[in-house]
Amino acid sequence: MTTIATGELLATQDLSAYYGNRQAVAEVTIAFRRKAVSALIGPSGCGKTTLLRCLNRIHEINFEARVEGSVLLDGQDIYGGDVDPMAIRRRVGMVFQRPNPFPTLSILDNTVACAPKGLNRREKMEAAERALRSAALWDEVKDKLKTSPLRLSGGQQQRLCIARAVAAEPEVLLMDEPTASLDPIATAVIEELMSSLCKEFTIVAVTHNMQQAARVSSVTAFMLADETGIGRLIEVDDTAKLFTKPSDRRTEDYISGRFG
Amino acid sequence: MENAGPQFRRVARFVSPADRGFAAIVYAGSILFALLIVGLFVELVLGSWPSIVKFGPGFIFSSSWDPITSKFGALPMIFGTVMTSLIAIVLAAFIGIMAAVFLADFAPRWLGQPLSFLIELLAAVPSVVYGLWGLFVLSPFMRTTLGPALQHVLGWTPLFSGPILGVGLLTGGIILALMILPTVTAISRDVIAAIPRDLREASMALGSTKWETAMKVVLPAARVGIFGACVLALGRALGETIAVTMVIGNRPEISSSLFAPSYTLASVIANEFTEATTSIYISALIELGLILFLVSMVVNALARLMIWSVRGSERV
Amino acid sequence: MAQSASKNRNLARRRLIGGLGIAVALACAMIGAVCLLIILGFVIVQGAGALNRDFLTQLPHPVGVPGGGVGNGILGTFIILGIATAMAVPIGLLTGIYLSLFGRGPIPEALRFLSDVLSGVPSIAIGLFAYAVLVAPLKHFSAFSASFAFMMLMLPLLVRTSEQAIRSVPQTVREGALALGMSNFRATVRIVLPTARPAIITALLLAIARVIGETAPLLFTAFGSQFWETNPNNPMAVLALQVFTYAISPYPNWQAQAWAGALLLIGAVFVLSLGARLMLRRAMRGLEA
Repeated sequence: MTTIATGELLATQDLSAYYGNRQAVAEVTIAFRRKAVSALIGPSGCGKTTLLRCLNRIHEINFEARVEGSVLLDGQDIYGGDVDPMAIRRRVGMVFQRPNPFPTLSILDNTVACAPKGLNRREKMEAAERALRSAALWDEVKDKLKTSPLRLSGGQQQRLCIARAVAAEPEVLLMDEPTASLDPIATAVIEELMSSLCKEFTIVAVTHNMQQAARVSSVTAFMLADETGIGRLIEVDDTAKLFTKPSDRRTEDYISGRFG
Repeated sequence: MENAGPQFRRVARFVSPADRGFAAIVYAGSILFALLIVGLFVELVLGSWPSIVKFGPGFIFSSSWDPITSKFGALPMIFGTVMTSLIAIVLAAFIGIMAAVFLADFAPRWLGQPLSFLIELLAAVPSVVYGLWGLFVLSPFMRTTLGPALQHVLGWTPLFSGPILGVGLLTGGIILALMILPTVTAISRDVIAAIPRDLREASMALGSTKWETAMKVVLPAARVGIFGACVLALGRALGETIAVTMVIGNRPEISSSLFAPSYTLASVIANEFTEATTSIYISALIELGLILFLVSMVVNALARLMIWSVRGSERV
Repeated sequence: MAQSASKNRNLARRRLIGGLGIAVALACAMIGAVCLLIILGFVIVQGAGALNRDFLTQLPHPVGVPGGGVGNGILGTFIILGIATAMAVPIGLLTGIYLSLFGRGPIPEALRFLSDVLSGVPSIAIGLFAYAVLVAPLKHFSAFSASFAFMMLMLPLLVRTSEQAIRSVPQTVREGALALGMSNFRATVRIVLPTARPAIITALLLAIARVIGETAPLLFTAFGSQFWETNPNNPMAVLALQVFTYAISPYPNWQAQAWAGALLLIGAVFVLSLGARLMLRRAMRGLEA
């Protein structure tokens, strides 16, 4: 177990998450390194996606979803009584497992859907170009900004979603298995993106692909569901160290492929 | 550190002012919707109250319908409504279920699809068009051809005896049957098609013919849903107004012959409401409307219960 | 030997019964289709004769005077349906939004139950309601009361379909909008509803198609008129009502016009249903990502 370095931008303290009465995650205390990629790995059902969704309060949009403990953004508990979830979500962006561009908006409108308010047309275009460039998509779509995003390939749509999240100018970017539905080439493009984006954003990425975690992240956290199905944080460490000399036996078993 | 924030998050926990306004509008719309329906029931009760008070439960059993002496009884209308609906459901159930069996299990695609489409189109024909056709095509046909033919064969029963005017219970029943046929056919067909293939294959593997399988295995398995479809269709028949009004003959009498003119609950309201002069007259008519409302509500609730138990929560 | 012969006879008999049964079933399936074609045929043949420009644009002539038309009825139909739609869509849509957001629970289930009850109420009882609320207190018939009745008839379909249409927008689209920091209001209005719009329009077209031929409630709400009328506060002519009045009249001239009016009604239903089908195809395509 690591202690919280309270200087970190994003951290949790004894975070537990429930779906109604069923507990999915128990007492996770973890800090995510600023401006770096942190990977969450673990077998299916270990609660890593649930944990991720607690970090931007998306977990609660489903019925009877409940949280205990706290998540600290810049030292402030995002689950505090008078905290507006929407404000949190603008600071903590998310990219989902399957690309989800808004079907009725053009590529341009998708990108600036949640750009900061009060921009005139020129500023919007500039913001869109910035975001699309940082998602390595600008060259491919600059001539068809007004067309439907549904015509793009899966990899391009996912990069559009990344651009859209980036355009909202968050501080943290959460990624829920962002390459799970993509082919190897598109996957490689996104992994490269993650390396460049982490210079600007703190990134937390869930992945079930260990090699991906080893490639892109500087910190890796391993989670596992205990006998009752509740997910727990087993170990978190620098990626290189976790993959070569893990401290916990269970981590070692998972990494060497003995289960999961 | 125990979380000080709210424990239960509901999607509607609107926080921002925009969301608060949005919530208010959504709630308002839904409340208005509920109020309208409750108001419907309340107004019907209020309007029929004078009549309920004056005639009591005898209203349902009395046969006199006399605006002049202000004596009102619903029995002939109940009789007419029940008889036409009964005729309709008997005809529609047999034809519809047989058709559904054919369309679900025996029809090749090139035949089944167009036939299904045409049968469902029956539901799109407006009620007044059915009435028009019934009045100018079916009634003369009944009077000149079908009626005498039936009387020739079945005239020994009181059901088919008596003068044939063309309009009457039987004509009304036939028109209603056409109007509810698509309901019975479409729902029954879906219910039958939803019966798992293994059941049919097991039956055929035991040596039954395809027809025997359909009759002895598939239909019984589907009977709850099919019954529900029939009850739903019955509910629609009970409330149908205009088409029946145009071919029923509009005579508040109870007779044993199917050829006799009659009157239904809905028809009497349609015909006499604008002519009703006294308030007790109006109140009696509204009470007929209340009876219609309650009967169709019960019938529909029953039907949906049966259909849901077979088709899951899919709405009809 | 004798055993297998009798088995063969038995099988042949069963096959014969099966064949007869299938023939009966086929006949039953055809009865419905054939009746529809007969009805359509009569309406087209009888109606086409009286269908001309005068019929569509003129006022009804006094009894006994040949000619005239249903122009005011066609106008009245548009006006009454327009007002009914303007009232039904907001209420139906808002209730559908509520139901899609709140899913299970006693109150949503109660709303759905009420919606089911309403969909089974005979249209004449709804006409009585409109009369009690908008005609009796104001002491005159009005087109608005007819619109009110039509609104009640359209609501259950709109509520049910709005809820389904919104639910069928993939959960991930909604989550994506919320994850960007949009309020529920913005997410629903800017993202979810536009995605569900084709399905909702389809439902609206079908609701109008269902209501356009309803005559019963009109008898004591709109009541009908011999003149051009655009004020919803007054009695108004409606096509379906004119068809009914002409049909039960003893004048052959009017009866012929009843057929023509019926043809117009069926034509309108056809066009609306076609439009709904095209919209549905667009709705299906729009959701393919």
